Amino acid sequence: MAETLKPGSGPLDYGNRLWLKILFVAIFIALYAPIATLIAFSFNTDKRGVVWRGFTWDNYEKAWNNVALQEALLNSLTIAFIATIIATIIGAMAALFLWRFRFPFKPAYEGVMALPIVIPEICMGVSLLLFFIYTGMMGWSVGMPWPLNLINIIIAHVAFCFPFVAVVVRSRLVGFNRQLEEASKDLGASEWQTFWNVILPFMMPGLVAGALLAFTLSLDDFVITFFTSGPETVTFPVKVYSLVRRGVSPEINAASTVLIVITVIATIIAMKLQAPQKTGEG
Amino acid sequence: MDSWRGNLRVFWTLFTPGTFWLLIFFIIPLAWMFGISFSEKTSITETEFTGTLANYIRSFDAIYLQIIWKSIWISVLATVFCLLLAYPIAFGICFVPVRWKPLLLLLVILPFWINLLIRTYALIAVFRSQGYLNLVLGWVGLGPFEMLYNDGAVIMGLVYVYMPFMVLPLYATIERLDRSYLEASLDLGGSQFQTFWKVTLPLTMPGIITGIILVFIPCLGSFLTPDMLGGANAIMIGNVIERQFKSANDWPFGSALSFLLMYVTFAALALRAYLAARSKGVDV
Amino acid sequence: MAEPIIALRNVTKTFPGGVKAVDDVSFDIDQNEFFALLGPSGCGKTTLLRMISGLETPTSGQIIIGGEDMALTPPNKRPTNMVFQSYAVFPHMTVADNVAYGLKVTGVPTEETKRRVAEALDMVKLTHLAARKPDQMSGGQRQRVALARALVKRPKVLLLDEPLSALDAKLRDEMRLELTRLQENVGITFIIVTHDQDEALSMASRIAVMDKGAVQQIATPSELYEQPTSRFIADFIGKVNLINATVVSSTPKKLVCDARGLGRIELPHDGRAAGDIAIAVRPEKLKITDTQPKAAKKISTEGKVRDVAYYGDTSHVVVRCKDDLELSVNVQNDSRVGGSGVERGQKVWIHWAPEDTLVLTE
Repeated sequence: MAETLKPGSGPLDYGNRLWLKILFVAIFIALYAPIATLIAFSFNTDKRGVVWRGFTWDNYEKAWNNVALQEALLNSLTIAFIATIIATIIGAMAALFLWRFRFPFKPAYEGVMALPIVIPEICMGVSLLLFFIYTGMMGWSVGMPWPLNLINIIIAHVAFCFPFVAVVVRSRLVGFNRQLEEASKDLGASEWQTFWNVILPFMMPGLVAGALLAFTLSLDDFVITFFTSGPETVTFPVKVYSLVRRGVSPEINAASTVLIVITVIATIIAMKLQAPQKTGEG
Repeated sequence: MDSWRGNLRVFWTLFTPGTFWLLIFFIIPLAWMFGISFSEKTSITETEFTGTLANYIRSFDAIYLQIIWKSIWISVLATVFCLLLAYPIAFGICFVPVRWKPLLLLLVILPFWINLLIRTYALIAVFRSQGYLNLVLGWVGLGPFEMLYNDGAVIMGLVYVYMPFMVLPLYATIERLDRSYLEASLDLGGSQFQTFWKVTLPLTMPGIITGIILVFIPCLGSFLTPDMLGGANAIMIGNVIERQFKSANDWPFGSALSFLLMYVTFAALALRAYLAARSKGVDV
Repeated sequence: MAEPIIALRNVTKTFPGGVKAVDDVSFDIDQNEFFALLGPSGCGKTTLLRMISGLETPTSGQIIIGGEDMALTPPNKRPTNMVFQSYAVFPHMTVADNVAYGLKVTGVPTEETKRRVAEALDMVKLTHLAARKPDQMSGGQRQRVALARALVKRPKVLLLDEPLSALDAKLRDEMRLELTRLQENVGITFIIVTHDQDEALSMASRIAVMDKGAVQQIATPSELYEQPTSRFIADFIGKVNLINATVVSSTPKKLVCDARGLGRIELPHDGRAAGDIAIAVRPEKLKITDTQPKAAKKISTEGKVRDVAYYGDTSHVVVRCKDDLELSVNVQNDSRVGGSGVERGQKVWIHWAPEDTLVLTE
């Protein structure tokens, strides 16, 4: 058989193979073409949206002046902000707890803690809907002034975000050298001083990563919000959902583009923030 | 690790917040829903616990059974397509020069950070009958085709949305795989194909299983994708559940369906745990 | 003379990024040799071995195995098999399946496979563990599996990549003997890559010392030790005292030079030398005495003992001489009492025979 290798290229150097390059290009086009067209057509002057008729910022202006969209975006950001703070604190404590202590039925406890991550979102959404209706929280929160009327959504978001934070922070803590803690205590620090000066700084990259994950999850959530929000409290994804049901419009493209840019920038900043710290510890 | 008795103050301080939130806003709502799934509807917003199994029995009516089956096979197909596409990608990323890896991984993960709704909306704009794809096809004299509002559209949408969940565990497993196993196979006379089939694939099975579970579970419970891309023609369990709460107002039946969905999820997780335990020696 | 089993012709390997791992290497390996590639890490020895196996390809040059240029032949089409540094015993297969793998994938009939697997397992004394999975085995046992798995293919050449590096010291000595015995029994060419000079010296029939991608010297172990051709080799193989010197006069049989700390000395030397050279002498060739030696033919110098390190069978003594020249001397501790018989700070004389001195012009 005339099967031979290229000079200087081993049998496992798949990175140089043509089929792989073609596959990469094809997959990435498939992944990004819809998003790219969405962004491109947010600048289109044509109302129906299909044919390119010229560049304009009009859609952005319209989206910006749309009071309902504005309100929805403000709600989304407020919910994400508050839910992230609460979820990060609770998640970090849960992570410390699971990392630090051995106790009876620990595997079962860990299993329950992981449930919000694994069960279908819709199940969690409807169970919280029932809970809020039966406890009267649904009717009660509707009458509250902003932002207290968002409380149901915030509670729901914390419930599904904090286990994610706990997972991220705990995986960071696993790499902690317990001798650092012992050294700190040996040098005369109290439990609290040791936590504040030694453990917390070590946790920081995990906390940042966990918080950003929580923020994005909260900002993106549609299903759980869809079920737990009252008729008056609309978030950005819920608003877009109702707009899309009425049809495609360049205004939605513009609003979506803004959100895409926010998330992409946040993601890249998060990765940049984490990268140097990661290498620093080897 | 310390014993919980060692420092009770710290133990309770760290134990309470998470446990409280989990109990009040997760366990109790689920338990409540579990109770409602055995209740009867008495008026539009009221139910009474009677211990009836009627809601579960109703789930096995032909019409709902059909939807459950459909949900399962749509999810299975979506998972299979994800695997077929993601494996070469993950494999490829592991074998490109190191400096390309972070960029390629970022490109795979980035869509995951972009809002699910926006991504689905972008797909609609591409595939609808006056969409961009039909426009392009029109230039070469084809179409327009109706590509949305059928099972195929839902499967495609699910693959598009959940692909990163498959790529990441596969990448992690293949990256950890010691290259010398593949080299040993080639050295011992195995062809590239034999090496892949007899060494690479079995040794990356844990990653494959994790990826399958990570994609299959959200696919099965998906509601948004079939709602937006499938319309009335491709209804999945998620859509039926949503209807019971948002329009039909049959909470007991919706609760029963939710629990059925969770049981299937748990079965999938249990299967994974079983397979993971069995292939213990493989996960090196 | 039989044709060499492996002939390398101008083999060069440049990695992407421009690093030359192997630079224009040419040499032959004969049938039934136990050949060692020795060198510090990063010298290109592993890359060379992997090119012989086909896991890497040279950027240019020929790799002739059994008379055929196989430089670009994939590894699965070559008559070579490898024992990997990490052993690479497939964790999802039993020992027997591992050994049978190479036969199955090349379509050897089942009956023959069974017989050959049994033979190979017997050869490495693992018959009783045939049904085990690798994760239930020790490192030494896994290495035997890797050996059996490669040998069962009856390759023309067996390649071993740092085979002993992952074993503990005692097991390493056992395996060293066993590998030499195995090579004699199966009668095929072994090529071993190692950074450990003791391993190479004790096992190999010939050694190629590599540095910076090039072969520095190919010789038998004793030639390499007693007649190194360069400072690098003299320094790399065993311990040596390297002393800078300047040539005063050179005739075909004799060399006169001024050596640091020793003054003008006469050495027997074949061939010409000029300018700055190095002379080298092994620590065990040096003798220590309290008084100046009588024999006029010896090279000698006076010094003060700086340090004595006790190693049981020998003591390593460092003596500081004129011009800050430091010489290491190995002293046999041949009586139970007194050890090396020298103490730190003591004034001593060191002397050795001129024939024991190496002249290194490179």
